[in-house]
This record gives sequence, structure tokens and C-alpha cells, in this order.
Amino acid sequence: MSMREPDADVIIVGGGLAGCSAAIVLARAGLTVFLMERGDECGNKNMTGGRLYGHSLEKIIPDFAKEAPIERIVKHEKISLMTEDGSLDIGYQSGKLSSSPENASYTVLRAKFDAWLAEKAMEAGVEVIPGIKVDHIVVEDGKVIGIESDGEEMIANCVILADGVNSLLAQELGMKKELEPNQVAVGAKETIRLSESIINERFGLKENEGTAWLSAGDPTLGGFGGGFIYTNKDTVSIGIVATLSDIGYTDVSVPEMLDRFKEHPSVAPYLEGGEVIEYSGHLVPEEGMAMVPELYRDGVLVTGDAAGLCINLGYTVRGMDFAIESGRLAAEAVLRANEIGDFSANTLSYYETLLKNSFVMKDLDEYKGFPTLLTKRAIFKDLPEMVDDIAAKLFVVDGKPNSGLIMGIVESLAQRTSARELVDFITILLEAF
Amino acid sequence: MKKMSIDDKLALDLFRTDEEHPHIIVDLDYKDEEEIRKLVLACPAKCYKYDEGIFSFSYLGCLECGTCRVLSRDKIVKEWNHPHGEIGVQYRQG
Repeated sequence: MSMREPDADVIIVGGGLAGCSAAIVLARAGLTVFLMERGDECGNKNMTGGRLYGHSLEKIIPDFAKEAPIERIVKHEKISLMTEDGSLDIGYQSGKLSSSPENASYTVLRAKFDAWLAEKAMEAGVEVIPGIKVDHIVVEDGKVIGIESDGEEMIANCVILADGVNSLLAQELGMKKELEPNQVAVGAKETIRLSESIINERFGLKENEGTAWLSAGDPTLGGFGGGFIYTNKDTVSIGIVATLSDIGYTDVSVPEMLDRFKEHPSVAPYLEGGEVIEYSGHLVPEEGMAMVPELYRDGVLVTGDAAGLCINLGYTVRGMDFAIESGRLAAEAVLRANEIGDFSANTLSYYETLLKNSFVMKDLDEYKGFPTLLTKRAIFKDLPEMVDDIAAKLFVVDGKPNSGLIMGIVESLAQRTSARELVDFITILLEAF
Repeated sequence: MKKMSIDDKLALDLFRTDEEHPHIIVDLDYKDEEEIRKLVLACPAKCYKYDEGIFSFSYLGCLECGTCRVLSRDKIVKEWNHPHGEIGVQYRQG
């Protein structure tokens, strides 16, 4: 702790899900908390695909979905392998999906959702300070003692960095390295207004029920990444995610990929007559465990996207539930430090212990092979073409003699892969799982 | 749906612009076409353009994603920072 009188017990940088979650837990315990947000309101710099798995926010605000501005509750899952004119889809709808608040997932729009969570933080007593960009972290004798914005300093016992994937502050402190192209993907998204009833009809949804639809193959023309579609209340979020290390694999730019994806024959009918109301872009941390930075030092903790806490399994993408849990656990560690009056790295290391004992690190560890899997051309190019070929053999009847199902599959495989490649691919798959 | 230009899409977003303080500084004399091509292909807002050998950049319309920083830090992208508070894109949907 500095000799200087603190302005607040804790300063949190970033009013997204991690920052707001940490703020609520700290303020409820009676600490004075400043929450600094560079947007003109919390959420205004944030974007998701996106779907929020609700379990971690349930721990902070039980039954939050009853009052939060969620869009729809996800009851339909769909994944597709797409070729230029085809799509092999797997759909799943079940009473098991979102059957309780603990396993429910919701489509959300972050500008609305985060603003609500910041409102909850204010109700808990947090001083939310929007419109302020934190330029630097103030360090004294090797310890973080506050923040600096526009030349003015604010001092606190502890700083929580929740400043998102481009955490220049964690980088400035040396806790986090510069992001590398294989660690992140760029997402580009349109929010398209239809009407509630048209969305229900086209996607086969009951009122308030939503679809999460991920696809690979043609959306990125075989590049690493994919397409996503989420149904909101009266809008549809549609976008492309493309891993930066694979940019240039095709000559089609990311914005053009999105235009193409919207025109794909299996996508276009859902969007017909829609009106684009917003266009957004953001980076997604994708490397999982391998990109997690130093999580704590004297007087400082790193949470959420800033800590790279995100997993992309292809069929499901999670980041927001990790952000919320990491925010809550950072707050728990700070509360303990506050009790003993010691905010040293030694005390704050409790945050890492809590994270390791939580689903956050357990899941990141469980799926640490996935980032490797998702840098295989086989997944994004060969597999969609192969399954399209097999499906065509199954379903197209033209009166010509048929080579039989098994031979057809063997032919499709043999045309696209060698035995060795196949064995390699299966090995990677097994390692990932 | 009717195809929209990137400018039409960006016009739907709310921006607070600060024309005196660019948050990204770019080396437009950079000659490596492969490097230029990556940014032209990746930038979701098409801030980077390369037409008939002329490389241009505008930070107005930037969605602040950080893609160009990650792809070409210390090469084409000399400086990349978050814009000042309240400046830049302000999502209403997100």
C-alpha cells in the first residue's frame, strides 16, 4: 500500500461483465469501488456473438434473467458444415436445453446487457465513472497503487484490470505479452432487425425461445474461423469470426465474408426483408490456457478477456461466463486481502487458487488441445467438402447405378485425404478431447 | 437482403469523432504488399485501402478491434491506442 491516502478501496478498469461483476461483489461487502469505463456508458465498447451461459451470473444475481435485458433463452442449437451451395446441419432441440437457471443460456446484446449490470453495480454502491479512459497504471516501489487518466491520478489499495482483450494496461505492466495473430480472431457482426413473429416463424421458435447457430467451412472459405447466427428478440445477430494468423488464406476480406455468408442459400431466407441496424467488430481471445497472462501482482489482478479467459470448441463458444466468474473470484480475493490489510502478490495469489478450483481453469485445461484442433485446414476446408459429398451421395437419386453407401464414403475420403493425414487428424481429435 | 457498402454499414453506428487526435498512426510509405494485404483483408471497417498501388488509411470508422495492431505492430501500425474517453464507436446494440 502507498503512503498516499487512497481515493477508493478498489479501482476497476473496464465496465464490462468481469468489471461489473467484481464491482458488485466488492461494493456489497462495503468497500468503496470506482469503476472506470471509457465508453459513454458501460457496454458501449463491447460486442458479443453472442450467447451468455447464465450459471456464473446466477451466483451473483440469482434469477437475473427475470429482470435483465436478455434477448431470448436458447432452446435450439444448430451447427453446420457449409460448402458454397450446401450445408450439412446438425440441430438439437430438447427440454434439456436451458431447463433451469443454472444451465440456461441466453442471447444478449452487450450495450443493453452491460448497461443493466452497471446499473446493478450502482445500486450496490459502486461509483461508476463512464467516459474516462485509463491511460496508465500508477506503480510505486514495484506495487500498483492506482490509475492515471489525462494526467490525473487516482489511488486505491488495489486495481482490477477488466479492460478487455486489448488490455494495453496489463501489457504496459509486463503481466501480459502483446497478442499474437494465432491467439485471437476478429469478429465482424451485423445486427439485423426483423420482427419477433418473423423470427419465431422462420427459426421455428416459440415466444422468447432462441437459436444459437454456428457454422464452419464456406463462411470463411476454408480459413480458420466460422460463421455465427443468434436470434435476439426482434433482431438477428449474424457474423464471421476469422483467426488472424490465417488472414490471407483467401483473397476475400472479412467484411466480404460476412456479405457472402448473408447470401449463402441456407442463410439468406432467414434474413429476407431484414434491416441492418448496427455493424460491429471485436477481437476474440482463442488460444485458451496458453495465452493466460500473469493473473496477479502486488496491488493488481487481471480478469475476463484481458486474461484471455475464453474457449472456442467450434460447437460452443464461451467467454462471458468466464469473465463473470473471474470478476467474482477476483473480488473474493480482494475481500480477503482487505480483511488482513495486505494487498501484496502473496495475498492476491488467492485469486489464482480460486480460479484453478473453479470451472474456469478446469475447463480451459480440459480443452487445451482445442486451439490446436482449430488451426487444422482439415476442419475448415476438407471436412465440409467431404461431408457435402457424402450427403449428396446419400440424398441425390438420379437413376444411375449407385456405388453403395460404404464405397461412396470411402471414395469421398480417398479423394480428399491420404491414410496418413487421416490418422494424423484422428490423433489431433483424440488429443483435443 | 440488399448488399450494403461498408460506408453504409458504418453510417448506422454511432461515432463520436475526434479529428485532431488519431488513435492509430500508420506508416503509409510501407512497401511490403503482403503486409498491406493482410490489413486490407482483415480490418472489419475497411479502414485500410490499397487501390492501384496507393495505400491509404482512415481511423474514422474504426471499430477499435485491435486487429491491425496484432497483425502489423511496429511494421505498418506505428502506434495503436484506445481513443480518449467517450470518443470513437459507441455501440447501441453490441
